[in-house]
Amino acid sequence: MRHLLSTGDLSRDEATLILDTAAELAQVGDRSVKKLPTLRGRTVVNLFYEDSTRTRTSFELAAKRLSADVINFSAKGSSVSKGESLKDTALTLQAMGADAVVIRHSASGAAHRLANWVDGSVLNAGDGTHEHPTQALLDAYTMRDRLGRLEGLRVAVVGDILHSRVARSNVLLLTTLGAHVTLVAPPTLLPVSVHTWSCEVSYDLDEVLPKSDVVMMLRVQAERMRDSFFPSVREYSRNYGLDGERLGKMPSEAIVMHPGPMVRGMEISAEVADSPRCTVTEQVTNGVSLRMAVLYLLLGGS
Amino acid sequence: MPDTNGPHLIRGARPLGGDPVDLLFVDGRIAAIGPDLEAPEGARTVDATGLIALPGLVDLHTHLREPGREDAETVASGSRSAAMGGYTSVHAMANTDPVADTAGVVEQVWRLGREAGYCDVRPVGAVTVGLAGEQLSEIGAMADSAAQVRVFSDDGICVSDALLMRRALEYVKAFDGVIAQHAQEPRLTEGAQMNEGCVSDRLGLPGWPAVAEEAIIARDCLLAQHVGSRLHVCHVSTKGSVDIIRWAKERGCDVTAEVTPHHLLLTDELVESYDPIYKVNPPLRTAEDVQALREGLADGTIDIVATDHAPHPVEAKETEWSTAAMGMVGLETALAVVQRTMVDTGLLTWAQVADRMSTAPARIGRVDGHGRELAVGEPANVVLYDPAAPVEIDGGAMVTKSSNTPFRGMTLPGGVRATFLRGVPTVLEGKIK
Ligand SMILES: [Zn+2]
Repeated sequence: MRHLLSTGDLSRDEATLILDTAAELAQVGDRSVKKLPTLRGRTVVNLFYEDSTRTRTSFELAAKRLSADVINFSAKGSSVSKGESLKDTALTLQAMGADAVVIRHSASGAAHRLANWVDGSVLNAGDGTHEHPTQALLDAYTMRDRLGRLEGLRVAVVGDILHSRVARSNVLLLTTLGAHVTLVAPPTLLPVSVHTWSCEVSYDLDEVLPKSDVVMMLRVQAERMRDSFFPSVREYSRNYGLDGERLGKMPSEAIVMHPGPMVRGMEISAEVADSPRCTVTEQVTNGVSLRMAVLYLLLGGS
Repeated sequence: MPDTNGPHLIRGARPLGGDPVDLLFVDGRIAAIGPDLEAPEGARTVDATGLIALPGLVDLHTHLREPGREDAETVASGSRSAAMGGYTSVHAMANTDPVADTAGVVEQVWRLGREAGYCDVRPVGAVTVGLAGEQLSEIGAMADSAAQVRVFSDDGICVSDALLMRRALEYVKAFDGVIAQHAQEPRLTEGAQMNEGCVSDRLGLPGWPAVAEEAIIARDCLLAQHVGSRLHVCHVSTKGSVDIIRWAKERGCDVTAEVTPHHLLLTDELVESYDPIYKVNPPLRTAEDVQALREGLADGTIDIVATDHAPHPVEAKETEWSTAAMGMVGLETALAVVQRTMVDTGLLTWAQVADRMSTAPARIGRVDGHGRELAVGEPANVVLYDPAAPVEIDGGAMVTKSSNTPFRGMTLPGGVRATFLRGVPTVLEGKIK
């Protein structure tokens, strides 16, 4: 494994190795000295073209716990904002000797493009509406951690599937790992060819909830309303929001997940967001271990 | 400007792929055709053994970029590229800067073409002022100008306003003009990046649905028939469009249509690489669309092949997909792509290739002196093509100022060996003069 661009590139064995490695590395986070010398002398660049303090911080922490040198190359206030091309930035990072570049970009495929221009490993930390592989991996990790398995697990992913990189990465990864995914959304927020994907599709959340071990709620931006994806926030929330009453329809062991940031009152009620069955903060914690595992495996740490 | 004047005797060429024969060009015309012709005094002999002779190709859809984007192409460099591809006439699209929406700009482009001397450059006039889709440009003045414009198009942008389209179609009847429509419903394609389907959904790129093209074509066919005018549909790219045009022709609509070489060969699967070399408008479609386009070109539903040659500087393509420019160069590979997709597959004869790439486009564009028979007395606009000279495509080795060819690295089956414009070689021995 040289880059991590799409979860679709991962075999079942590779994905499982990442999760297992993350589980081992999680123990480091429980120690008083949270550092391993594994990547000492290696350079990891965080190249963020979109504001995402959560994801950037998670990667930064992961790299630092492995003793790597971390450079935050934010698009704001650098030559990037003066119109330097992605290619020129890539060549600059290459010249600096970056061993890995973690890229977040608003353009789908930006990580793929970058991988053509640098020798080091490229980690896709979210590219447009394409993929967000480490989010899907940390989601899978969290499911396995909570429920003890992935094989046969019934996972509902609810919300703006069309514009969601999290949904794409999750469908590919969870299918590889043997889970059954059902996408739930109004038809306007589903891709036109979704029937060809390796998952089920439903327009009816209430019907899906009782048959789900995991319900993953995706953020829905209110701006979508202006583009006529749905008539109003109220109607969306009424049909596809997860509130306490709907939580009651889920099996008692079932968990609620959310990649964050949540829009309380839109796709998720405060009651559900704060319930012990909601794994949002665990997902954040697991994200660090998972990203440590990916960096470790990509950079061939020993 | 090429200056190799004097008579040329072409030995052993196969006109329209037929039996070998000699052709003699004198004073810009075909002076004789027959076996073992006598070489007149001072004639240059060209060995054309095994080469196919076709009437010089005519492109109805070329972006020469001048004025405004001379970094990508100029009238001179683009017409040299055209000659290299076997073309003796090209239509320069109007989306320049300034837009070719006045007699002044079209005459400038026309004059630059004459000065370059590599092919007859026929400017296309904009339908609306500044391509803004609001007000008709001075179509009549452009038609009456020295450039004698007959094809009008806002290419790059669709004339989406139905009333404006109706008026444009009606107006050009006065001088036998034609409206060439870039069929793209704007609201359905806001932010569109590639064909909408399985691949776009997987790649997370906003889709350009086939219906956005088909809905405009259907509307325009109905409008053209209603007002009794000529409509030409640019770069047809979907199976549904072929069906609609076939239906419109059956019911008597005076519509013609073009397909590009890239839409005859390439599919949206190539976008998996996220390499913007494959970014074009309309986008590459599916294998099913490609098959329908080939069949449509074979049965005459689609009348012609047009290149939509769209040069861009390197930096416009060396970016992430969504910011990259749309378009591909195509003049120098068109004939070889048509051979591969249409001739080698048994869908077209060479005589039919001459129709689709020379005769029919010259007729649609009302281009005098081009797209004629290979017959004694006709202007010696002729291309000699070797159908058995496989070549690996390299954008850097092309004559065009740009190198954005989607066929790069592919091996195409043949190449142009010589092009004659009124008896003067613009290309000889496979090299530009
Ligand atoms: Zn166009």
